[in-house]
Amino acid sequence: MTEPFLIGESMTGGYGRGPDILNECTIAVNPGEIAVIVGPNGAGKSTAMKALFGMLNMHGGQVRLDGEDITALSPQDRVIKGMGFVPQVRNIFPSLTVEENLEMGAFIRRDDFRRTMEQVYTIFPILKEKRRQAAGELSGGQRQQVAVGRALMTKPKVLMLDEPTAGVSPIVMDELFDRIIEVARTGIPILMVEQNARQALEIADRGYVLVQGRNAHTGTGKELLADPEVRRSFLGG
Amino acid sequence: MDLINALVALLNYVIIPGMSYGAQLAIGALGVTLVYGILRFSNFAHGDTMAFGTTFTILVTYWLQSMGVSLGPLPTALLALPVGILMTALLLLGTDRAVYRFYRRQKAAPVILVIVSMGVMFVMNGIVRFIIGVEDRDFADGARFVISARDFKQMTGLEEGLAIRTTQVVTVVTALVVMALLFWFLNRTRTGKSMRAFSDNEDLALLSGINPERVVTVTWLIVAALATVAGVLYGLDKSFKPFTYFQLLLPIFAAAIVGGLGNPLGAIAGGFVIAFSEVTVTYAWKKVLTYALPDSMAPDSLVQLLSTDYKFAVSFAILITVLLFKPTGLFKGQSV
Amino acid sequence: MTSSLRPVLLYLLVAALIAGSGVVHGPNTAMLIINMGLISAIMALGVNLQWGFAGLFNIGIMGFVALGGLATVLVATPPVTAGWSAGGLRIMIALALGAATVVAAVLIQKRMARGMTRTLLTLVVLVGGFFLYRAILDPGVDAVEAIHPASAGNLGGLGLPVLLAWPMGGVLAAGAAWIIGKTALGLRSDYLAIATLGIAEIVIAVLKNEDWLARGVKNVIGIPRPVPQEIDLQASAEFVRGAASLGLDPVLASTLYVKLAYMVLFTVVLVILLWLAQKALNSPWGRMMRAIRDNETAAEAMGKDVTARHLQIFILGSAICGIAGAMMTTLDGQLTPGTYQPLRFTFLIWVMVIVGGSGNNFGAVLGGMLIWWLWVEVEPIGLTALDFITSGMSDTNWLKGHLNDAAAHMRLLTMGVILLLVLRFSPRGLIPEK
Repeated sequence: MTEPFLIGESMTGGYGRGPDILNECTIAVNPGEIAVIVGPNGAGKSTAMKALFGMLNMHGGQVRLDGEDITALSPQDRVIKGMGFVPQVRNIFPSLTVEENLEMGAFIRRDDFRRTMEQVYTIFPILKEKRRQAAGELSGGQRQQVAVGRALMTKPKVLMLDEPTAGVSPIVMDELFDRIIEVARTGIPILMVEQNARQALEIADRGYVLVQGRNAHTGTGKELLADPEVRRSFLGG
Repeated sequence: MDLINALVALLNYVIIPGMSYGAQLAIGALGVTLVYGILRFSNFAHGDTMAFGTTFTILVTYWLQSMGVSLGPLPTALLALPVGILMTALLLLGTDRAVYRFYRRQKAAPVILVIVSMGVMFVMNGIVRFIIGVEDRDFADGARFVISARDFKQMTGLEEGLAIRTTQVVTVVTALVVMALLFWFLNRTRTGKSMRAFSDNEDLALLSGINPERVVTVTWLIVAALATVAGVLYGLDKSFKPFTYFQLLLPIFAAAIVGGLGNPLGAIAGGFVIAFSEVTVTYAWKKVLTYALPDSMAPDSLVQLLSTDYKFAVSFAILITVLLFKPTGLFKGQSV
Repeated sequence: MTSSLRPVLLYLLVAALIAGSGVVHGPNTAMLIINMGLISAIMALGVNLQWGFAGLFNIGIMGFVALGGLATVLVATPPVTAGWSAGGLRIMIALALGAATVVAAVLIQKRMARGMTRTLLTLVVLVGGFFLYRAILDPGVDAVEAIHPASAGNLGGLGLPVLLAWPMGGVLAAGAAWIIGKTALGLRSDYLAIATLGIAEIVIAVLKNEDWLARGVKNVIGIPRPVPQEIDLQASAEFVRGAASLGLDPVLASTLYVKLAYMVLFTVVLVILLWLAQKALNSPWGRMMRAIRDNETAAEAMGKDVTARHLQIFILGSAICGIAGAMMTTLDGQLTPGTYQPLRFTFLIWVMVIVGGSGNNFGAVLGGMLIWWLWVEVEPIGLTALDFITSGMSDTNWLKGHLNDAAAHMRLLTMGVILLLVLRFSPRGLIPEK
């Protein structure tokens, strides 16, 4: 099997000096794919993503990006290496305008980022319309678009989304998933943590079911949706 | 005619002094609000920072005067101002390296930083007294008036005079320039935007690759300029006395909180709200009312709501009202 | 060093330092340091209650101390009957009216439904009440202040024993604390700080300007004392004999006797308050307070009314500062509003608490005594040091003159540096919380 683009291999660790939340957990994203982490509450989904992004004290395992070991890098350095991350909450600059939010996303870039901004506006047309408005004044779904757009401004090689649809209405959720698929079509591999397991697995090329910080099931989205045990234990039949 | 006289008296005793005092408070409050927004603590050393900057400006002013340098009708202190700012910038950066940075790295609670700023306040206060003493100092020179009351009366034939002091004009003009520069910087430059971003959401700013140390350094530089300008303008308009500058903390904080801590626009609005409230409440309205009202209704008393000694009570009352009814301030600030 | 030995040694060290001052400057100086040190220790105890137990940031200590000072005048000085008949009643009515106005405004806010009418009505009541209050108050004030302005011009006090003023000082301070606490507690910590800073300035402004109350900047002198006068002692044959039998000069003996008497009184108060504070610290109430301090959210989730508890402790701590303020004015024998400086009466107390060890009552008391000693001694030590530094310069050297003048300001610098050093390298203080 070829090396995945981003892989966290047998990750073990927790926050600060606290107990380990992850145990030998492996998450990988292949080029051009959407990978989804699902699981019951407290399974360590977001923690696994934070581990990939370097926000966790790892006691074991390795994170590799494009074959390079980045386990020791800080989150900031991982951004420079090409990882884009959208946190679950507090993921925009509320008093900055939409456009300024995007500019801040491109802060580490010294080249001309206007083309990237145009691309973001193409994927999220509503943002172009509201680009002079303070991001904090937008609706929940629009704010999530700002957050994703901000992360895209670095032209990341992989995009990580932590529960992008948390707290938005079902209609907005569908639209957000559409946008995410659109982003994936531009060729950026996406790793996402999702509470809405069924919808997420439907668009996923690869799914990880975590239980208590361990890999419980792994497979393509379709496989997992079809797996009777997965369905019974937490897709609700 | 009487109505015009009333208007002139109002301008002379309320509006013009209120404008210049408001501008001074606004610039002071901008400094407090920036520190709060970026470094996330209430800086109790701000009054003494203002005193420090003013001290050096005064010393350089004296030196310039002794060399025979002057700005003609404008106060010489304006020439000395850059030196004052530079010294204050050095002091603040030094303080940050020696004191605040340690707590920042520790991610200390804001209240600890407030106590630390109290220690810094002591030290700065001591330094200022050590350098320049505790006496009142008047360092305004140049032309005293743009228009004196007598000239105005002769010009207009009105009974009531309008005096506009040079320092008042200098204050308002300088304040406008400073505010315009600050807002241009915050809204138009990459560094300024990164400061606002940092103030909005520190974690995300870090993720976006904004260097916190750089943001903090730039903030202190701006705060040094703001504090020195505010201190020098206040000193020119009134006089310089270290203890008065410490006492300015109250109206300045009131202004910043009324406007919404962390919000620069709010700090400016708050500065003028506090200044005008103070001036209107402590002004004896007898004169204006005598002109404005028919003779039969002219007041006998001074119609002064509070004696000037209670001006702090005004800041305080406004502060309490805001805390009770709108703790985030008129413009939405960051704190709860 | 074992943890139980450390406080004992530190207390011995402070005793030795004060004794050293006694040797250098004479026993009277040492006694003065002890007496003010005891008062400072009580203030520190009050602040420690607020900060150490509850994490409340009060920088209006000066105001509460000054209210205590006011209490001594209001309780212990004889009433000025001419003043009372001239306008006393009028002033009392005006004050009652002022209070009624505020109560009415608060009631309107509480009882009426939100909206334009409520706001307007509140404003009308407040503004109308204010003008009515001033209309009644001002003539009364003028009348009172016209009576013997050189010696009185105020209403005087109740003529009660001065010791009663001490608890009264606590009550006044508690009242002011209640007002502040009601508005600023429950908001973020900085707001309480600013609000207390404000109330302190206002208290001082009132003391300076309301001459009918306590003569303003004309000061009240000759406040009755709880201990005998030195002159009376020197005139007493028995006392002179007693002094002689100890081999003491009667003048020295009388000054020491008086200071000793004060020391006993102050020590009694300190011991009582310290005992109460220790009881409180180790009671379920104290444990709850610390639980709230350490994790407000968790305490709230457990059903504790955090704001109400904070209000309680804020009032208690301020009351202790008021008691100390009354004691200090009693010791001075005069109320001089012009001498209240925030750096001395608010921030210095903070240095005491932080250096002593916040959260530990014995630490606060130690900090109070130690820092007070230092505050007194920094100036002579600084002068000596500067004398040494400038010994090579001629007397006309401007730098020497400047440095010698500036030595007086060494105090603030030293206190600031000590505070910063302790915060940085020993943030838990000399005697840390257990």
